[in-house]
Amino acid sequence: MSGEYSHSVMLDEKLCKGCTNCIKKCPMEAIRVQHGKAKILNDRCIDCGECIRTCPYKAKVALTDSWDLLAEYKYTIALPAPSLYMQFDLNTYSRKHIMAALKKLGFDYVYEVARGAEISTILTNKYLHENKEKWPLISTACPAVVRLIQLRYPNLIPHLMPIKSPMEIAAQNARREFCKINGVEPEDVGVFFISPCAAKMTSVKAPLEVHKSGVNGVIPIKTVYFKILKLLSKMKQQDVDDIMLQAGKYGVRWASTGGEALSIDSKRVLYVDGIQNVVKVLEDLEDDKIKNIEFIEASACTGGCTGGPLTVENMYVAKNRSRQQLEDEPAEYKEIEDWELEDTAWEKTIEHYEISKLDPDMFKAMEKLNKMNEIYEQLPALDCGACGSPSCRALAEDVVRGKAKTTDCIFILRRKIRKLANEMMMVNSGLDDGIDEKNSEAENENK
Amino acid sequence: MNGQAITLHYDIDAADFSAAGEASSGVKRTLNQLGVNPAVVKRVAIAMYEAEINAIIHAGGGAADIAITPQKVEVKISDNGPGIPDLEKAMTAGWSTASETVRELGFGAGMGLPNMRRYTDEMKVESKVGEGTVVTLIVNIDN
Repeated sequence: MSGEYSHSVMLDEKLCKGCTNCIKKCPMEAIRVQHGKAKILNDRCIDCGECIRTCPYKAKVALTDSWDLLAEYKYTIALPAPSLYMQFDLNTYSRKHIMAALKKLGFDYVYEVARGAEISTILTNKYLHENKEKWPLISTACPAVVRLIQLRYPNLIPHLMPIKSPMEIAAQNARREFCKINGVEPEDVGVFFISPCAAKMTSVKAPLEVHKSGVNGVIPIKTVYFKILKLLSKMKQQDVDDIMLQAGKYGVRWASTGGEALSIDSKRVLYVDGIQNVVKVLEDLEDDKIKNIEFIEASACTGGCTGGPLTVENMYVAKNRSRQQLEDEPAEYKEIEDWELEDTAWEKTIEHYEISKLDPDMFKAMEKLNKMNEIYEQLPALDCGACGSPSCRALAEDVVRGKAKTTDCIFILRRKIRKLANEMMMVNSGLDDGIDEKNSEAENENK
Repeated sequence: MNGQAITLHYDIDAADFSAAGEASSGVKRTLNQLGVNPAVVKRVAIAMYEAEINAIIHAGGGAADIAITPQKVEVKISDNGPGIPDLEKAMTAGWSTASETVRELGFGAGMGLPNMRRYTDEMKVESKVGEGTVVTLIVNIDN
């Protein structure tokens, strides 16, 4: 990882009330509440979006691009994520309607990320069979999972599938195709991913696996949702008929959990969704407890991308739509050509980014660890979060890292105040006696 | 502090398979906080988990005592179980006395002790029939 780490989940300070809902839900323990406001620890955040879902005050936001960015390019291409389709009532409006609506909104070309997914499946199958020593290979389609592995499971880095994400594959192929057909320069074309999540924004701004992303802008699904919805009923049949579908049902199926894994030429696949479940599987995998599995699909969001924090529709409803709509679709509309498979390998390797170490020097780390355990013993083990750290253990760690005080714990504070109050009472009662005696002596003398 | 060790103690709860691995997870977290090389952490976690499982399957639980110094991690898993009558046999890959029930759960493949040896730098098994077993696992830290 080079230089500073950038991520896309941000805090809107004005909206933050300093409650502790988010700190308890963050799988990376990457949020603290300090001085009445939440603070995201940039090094630890993997952009999974759990806090966006959890925050009752909508103070966690995803940094994405604005619609105005489109105006900066001579030509624009939309890359709809497969999960975009599931946001709409597909019994009334087809995938073609949605793509036609995107064109109506001003995009010169619409290229389905689902096609990028199909290309990824071809490449994955090949890689899987040529690299048996790396089994199980782990999908790299979900950027939050890749970050999670980079930060917390360095032993699993060699298992990451070194193939560009469907979004990157779609971006480069869409640009090549569009430029060739229209005879325009690549830099005049802005490629925009219509995204269900914040993590994709990070993988565009600060990509781990490519030098520079082929995507120029990331627009949240919820930003385009109403724009598309308003157009759907007004679409002319001719505009809809003009659309050529590029992806078959297996590519589109990537929108939901299992879509990717079930396209693989192997029955020994495992698919897991929801960040806490992903953590459990990766933990077991690292400890060699998972055997005889060739491929693992893992998505940070429950339900897969349809459950993304920037989507609109209820994930379960969306999932049902995807099943209904895809049943009758063919596996392929347009054959994948050889050139589409080119330049699809990772351009660089991912390196472990250390976040756990208490100190670079192991002797000092041991000292801190002992201190941490001592502090932990004093804490109530309630994990209430009132101190602003997600658990008592985390508070103890924050204290030895110099980021918090033991008195941030209200129970310790109460204990201290009570002790202090008792002492004052004792001192006070001692003083009283003295003063009273003196006073009475003085009174006696006056008499 | 120099020259001293970090010590940890865990009770290994009997017959609760879902709790198996709790001690090794705790050790893993601690080693990561100390900045121990991830490959070493992995070896400790795997070897220790095997030993924990053995204590649960064969001895109705036991205890784990861990000592960490900048040079090595020493894990001692002790139990008051039946003991191992034939140690040489027990160290053979595939040899197991685990019950059918345990095997049905996916354990007892006879790879426990061989795996412990594979993932550690030093390993010692002290066992007395009728009294119990102490398995000592040592993994060097080569940071």
